[in-house]
Amino acid sequence: MTQEFVKFGKREITTDEPFASGHRGCIGCGEALAVRLAMKALGRDVAIANATGCIEIISSPLPDTSWEVPWIHTLFENTAAVASGIESGYKMLMKKGRIPQKHIDVIAIAGDGATADIGIQALSGALERGHDFVYLCFDNEAYMNTGIQRSSSTPYGASTTTAPAGKVITVGQQTQKKNMPAIAVAHNIPYVATASPSYPFDLMEKVKKAADVKGPAYVHILSVCDTGWRIPTNMSVTIGRMAVQTGMFPLYEVENGKYKLNVDKELKPVEEYLKKQGRYRHLSDDEIQKIQEHVTQEYAKLKQLATS
Amino acid sequence: MADLTWKDMEIGNIITTPGSARAYRTGDWRSDKPIKDYETCIKCGMCWLYCPEAAITIDDDGMYGFDLFYCKGCGICAEECPKKCITMIEEEEV
Repeated sequence: MTQEFVKFGKREITTDEPFASGHRGCIGCGEALAVRLAMKALGRDVAIANATGCIEIISSPLPDTSWEVPWIHTLFENTAAVASGIESGYKMLMKKGRIPQKHIDVIAIAGDGATADIGIQALSGALERGHDFVYLCFDNEAYMNTGIQRSSSTPYGASTTTAPAGKVITVGQQTQKKNMPAIAVAHNIPYVATASPSYPFDLMEKVKKAADVKGPAYVHILSVCDTGWRIPTNMSVTIGRMAVQTGMFPLYEVENGKYKLNVDKELKPVEEYLKKQGRYRHLSDDEIQKIQEHVTQEYAKLKQLATS
Repeated sequence: MADLTWKDMEIGNIITTPGSARAYRTGDWRSDKPIKDYETCIKCGMCWLYCPEAAITIDDDGMYGFDLFYCKGCGICAEECPKKCITMIEEEEV
């Protein structure tokens, strides 16, 4: 299944940039970095369906485009449906001999809102039908494109414009982050992974592996948003690394139902991660303790899954 | 670009030039500019790997430099450099 899969080291990474410079991403955008690394791993034999969201607006302000590969803008709700259509279309055209036989990776790119909120039924349908495509979710933990509104992927305690920390409700977002990778795993698909651009080789290996796997694959990528998370522009890579080290966003992959933790070290206290970000500025010590307990509990569950 | 009207667009707003955003100067956004001490650089390439704009250039000797046409001045390269040989200085009006 994964014979074609390659390991990446620094010298092996291509200098080719299918995601061109000159995109309009915010200064220090972690999502643009994640897309750039993912495209380096995938190469140019791809067709991309891109949901509305940050990546769509920064990469294709008409009449410019940052993409040097076939790319289509889709709506929030139908990215996975369009991707499955592309995959089936290519398959049929090749069968009829209209286009030459060639392996083309069909990629769906969406943000957390387009994945966890609006496009979840199309995604669920495409995963269930077993199309050979890769779904990349770039999770920046709110609707950053339209001005930091909460999504179901926003973690507990984060202050957003529609879940602000106020006088009565002082905590900000009151619900826990939706566990999208677990939802993808529940579809019994061959490959699910979480990745972070702060671990670039890990991210590229996972994206490449997802593309090489026969059948649907889902990769959940934490993309730090310095604008929405209220952090300095030079901290996006560091904060992404801290999210992994504190266990807020553990890196793991699930291959045919088998869990494997990729970064498994002693967890740092979440306080280090929370205190660095403006969106968690209002949190009291009690709330931080609550988040710490939740993270420890979730990590223990994950560890149990990985060792059993 | 300002003179472009809907009549100049392809049907379905298809963009026929791939990567046409390369012509757009994002360097104008910059307020801090990276400078580098080429003596201490060990050519590890972490700046190149972590740059969201792909604005780090590589010359024939494998030495990394900056493409100030695209560099937005985020400072990730300076933060992530293991030798701390990149520093951000304020951009001066020339």
